[in-house]
Amino acid sequence: MRWRWLVLALLLSLLPSGALAHVPEGGASSVMAGLLHPVTGIDHVVAMVAVGLWGAVLGAPAIWLLPVAFPMVMAFGGVLGLLDLPLPGVETGIALSALVLGVLVMLQQRLPLTVAAVLVGLFALLHGYAHGMELPDGADALLFSLAFVGATGLLHLVGIGLGEARRLAWGHRLLQVVGAVIAVVGVWSLVQLGGA
Amino acid sequence: MPLLFAHLMQTGFGGFYDGIAHLFLTPSDLLLVLGLALLAGQQGPQGGRLLLTLLPLSWGIGLAVGQRWGLDLTLALLTTVLFTLVGVLVALSLRLSAQVLAFTVAGSGLLFGLINGFTMPPAPSGLPLDVLGVVSAVAVLSVLISAQVAATRSTGFCIAVRVAGSWIAAAGLLSLGLLFKA
Repeated sequence: MRWRWLVLALLLSLLPSGALAHVPEGGASSVMAGLLHPVTGIDHVVAMVAVGLWGAVLGAPAIWLLPVAFPMVMAFGGVLGLLDLPLPGVETGIALSALVLGVLVMLQQRLPLTVAAVLVGLFALLHGYAHGMELPDGADALLFSLAFVGATGLLHLVGIGLGEARRLAWGHRLLQVVGAVIAVVGVWSLVQLGGA
Repeated sequence: MPLLFAHLMQTGFGGFYDGIAHLFLTPSDLLLVLGLALLAGQQGPQGGRLLLTLLPLSWGIGLAVGQRWGLDLTLALLTTVLFTLVGVLVALSLRLSAQVLAFTVAGSGLLFGLINGFTMPPAPSGLPLDVLGVVSAVAVLSVLISAQVAATRSTGFCIAVRVAGSWIAAAGLLSLGLLFKA
């Protein structure tokens, strides 16, 4: 029975190619731009996944507090960036976020909730600010924002999903490996910054 | 671009369906209805009943008044601030008094209905089928969502509701930034 579903899924996967043949315009281009913006920078991607992962490591209530608070703080940072208000050390902070969160996930470190919230809130502000500085002009504001926030939230969900693997026998080892990879991306981003 | 959303989409199925399509093709209206339904559902069955009574009614009154005025206004900043605040309330999962919820629902419905009405010309036949379509869509969507939220008490679902509120608020905040920048 399963192979039928597999065939159906494969056939359905052929459908979007027709849509991709056309260049998105207007609202569609804003949605595409918003969806793609958070996933086009590796430092942002690993940090968003790390937030979800660390939330899963911390357990309740952090596992739900972080995904609720993060988008709002990030959007606030985005507004600061859009309005060109000064915020020092943004790029360094973003690189550090991947390093710090990666190490925390790797060590499965459980910090007090207040410390975790402040740390993640600070990183959310920095990531939001950087996104805000780079947001394209001319996009449909609401459609772009919705797609952007949705894509960021889905990255958190990926992290939470990966984090839930800790319940399995090999889950702790997986978290260590993923945390180490995230930390390495953070170090690489710092080196890139130093070289620039 | 936001001006385009203010005008009624022609579905080809007549005024009633044009009205229904209008709600689903206007992101700010859809987010407000979604946010208010989540907020009312968080307050329990009483909140849901209040929403079902007041939101379609206020939306309909706003629409009727807006159609008489016929201004070409979308008040994008005001509507964005409004659904952002509703999103924040949902994310915080605040318990509101019935009066505050009623004021929020009726005020939002009147404003969004008014803006809908500004750009919807009265039907030539005299039958306000488009208005009926919009109001019906608002009523059905709000009752479906608020009832689901009020009836489901599982922790995971409550978290999902708060995350949805947070996404609405975040999208609204970013949107406000983009509007200010423009």
